Amino acid sequence: MMKKILILAYTVAIAATAFASDTTRVKSSSTGVATRDEAPITLPQGFKSVVVTSGLGKARHIVVAANGDVFVKLEKLKEGKGIMRLHDANGDGKADEITGFGNYVGTGITIKNGYLYASSNDDVYRYKINEKTGTVDIASEEKIVTGLVNKNQHNSKSLALDNEGNIYVNIGAPSNCCQVQDRVKGSPGQDPCPILEQAGGIWQFKADKTNQSYAEGVRYATGLRNVVGLDWNTEVNQLYAMQHGRDMLFQFYPELFNQKEGAENPAEELFRLPKGADCGWPYCYYDNDKKQQLLNPEYGGDRQKVDRCADKVKSIAQFPGHLAPNALLFYTGNQFPAKYKNGAFIAFHGSWNRAPEPQAGFFVVFVPFKDGMPSGKWEVFADGFSGFTSSASTGKAKYRPCGLAQGPDGSLYISDDNNGTIWKVSYSK
Amino acid sequence: MKKVIPATIIFIIASAFAMQQPAGLKAAIARGKTVYEATCLACHQPDGSGVPNMNPPLVKTKWVLGDKKALTKIILKGLQGGEIEIDGDKFHNPMPPMESTLTDQEIADVLTYVRNSFGNKASMVTVAEVKALRAKLK
Repeated sequence: MMKKILILAYTVAIAATAFASDTTRVKSSSTGVATRDEAPITLPQGFKSVVVTSGLGKARHIVVAANGDVFVKLEKLKEGKGIMRLHDANGDGKADEITGFGNYVGTGITIKNGYLYASSNDDVYRYKINEKTGTVDIASEEKIVTGLVNKNQHNSKSLALDNEGNIYVNIGAPSNCCQVQDRVKGSPGQDPCPILEQAGGIWQFKADKTNQSYAEGVRYATGLRNVVGLDWNTEVNQLYAMQHGRDMLFQFYPELFNQKEGAENPAEELFRLPKGADCGWPYCYYDNDKKQQLLNPEYGGDRQKVDRCADKVKSIAQFPGHLAPNALLFYTGNQFPAKYKNGAFIAFHGSWNRAPEPQAGFFVVFVPFKDGMPSGKWEVFADGFSGFTSSASTGKAKYRPCGLAQGPDGSLYISDDNNGTIWKVSYSK
Repeated sequence: MKKVIPATIIFIIASAFAMQQPAGLKAAIARGKTVYEATCLACHQPDGSGVPNMNPPLVKTKWVLGDKKALTKIILKGLQGGEIEIDGDKFHNPMPPMESTLTDQEIADVLTYVRNSFGNKASMVTVAEVKALRAKLK
């Protein structure tokens, strides 16, 4: 059976090669054809999923062009390519042709007004794309943003665009809580935190200008430790972001947080970001037990003091600690039931700093919205990615949700950066 | 005949040392486990498998099983993040320096534990080795 599938796959690969068009073809049969396993995930009643492809490796963010082609940004090159284009020739949801381009690793990818935008961990590029055919003009590559802070930790650059020609780029803080010595127990917080000058926030650049850096950009929002999931909400015309909260509260402050409290704190937070927003990092965190934004212990916090946090922008939804929100998507399609319209899907990559408590996350949740604000409690939408039946380490998770995208027919796409599996989720009554 | 006696004595002494090594090893591993749980487990995980892309695994890697000095230096001085590469995968989180947090004894014990856990099997790291390296790196 397996052999037959492989032979069939190889035939498809050869056939696909014959139709080579715009992009540099990935020659190896291992990437020239879609590999798939069952990859079962659980979904609410009425939803079903199809594995578009698997085996792409570190598949971070994804975007779907108007013709249905899926573009995947890779954090590890596959056959020398960092962006993969998945084409479904017969409309069954499964990729029949895979091509690649771009020789850099990274996370961010999105499409707007005839351009495909993609980020490395230092720069942002764009390419002309014909959305009706999915054809990318690789020679049109322009570097629009360059020289952003990249010190390994929290270096992914997520992207979002508004309707006025601006692009928003997250620059994560290369730090846990801006201590003098990062992640060293007992080291105090730097005050003021110098990292905030060039990182720990969202920067705004022009979408059509080349070689911009800090001098040409605007620090649009600050006090955000690390954002991987961000999206522009077109209903209310505002930027939203999911912050990864700080680590090590139990390990560094056992007198304030017991093991369980350290696993549940701080909250992973959803922020609505007006221009100039300061969300409080590294001075403040959201305490899930006290249900408020409080002063971090590195800055004298004791789980009571609010201090300077009184003036900071407050999050509009909070989630359990360390779940690692890696994608945020406002659903604007018409395929899903009405309650999903304009609501937020969030892909949680799954925790590590909950150990020795059981790890959690590894799912996609939904938050209902009304007029740009949450209108109900969050619920798990897609689950079963980790494959855990009992407590296990993060590295043992089978799949880790990382990217979300909406297809032209209103389907939801989910990426996993463990194996590089892409699912297409659709609904029918 | 006379030569046999010293040989026998040497054999007995040598045997005694050989017996002592595993006993010392066992105690060091037990002490090291406590250090690991308090200091290392959060990032490197209970089974030493680490966290993909962030914190490197400690399972049968050349970093753990190879040069003891290089390994000890990582504990003492830390890493910036991105220096460790295993099978083409990089790990982004920094390793905090432990020179002001852990004693020579604790470092020797925890390295001995790591080198003899999670499927690893390698020689002990001694207090003297850690002490000498700490002095040299000052």
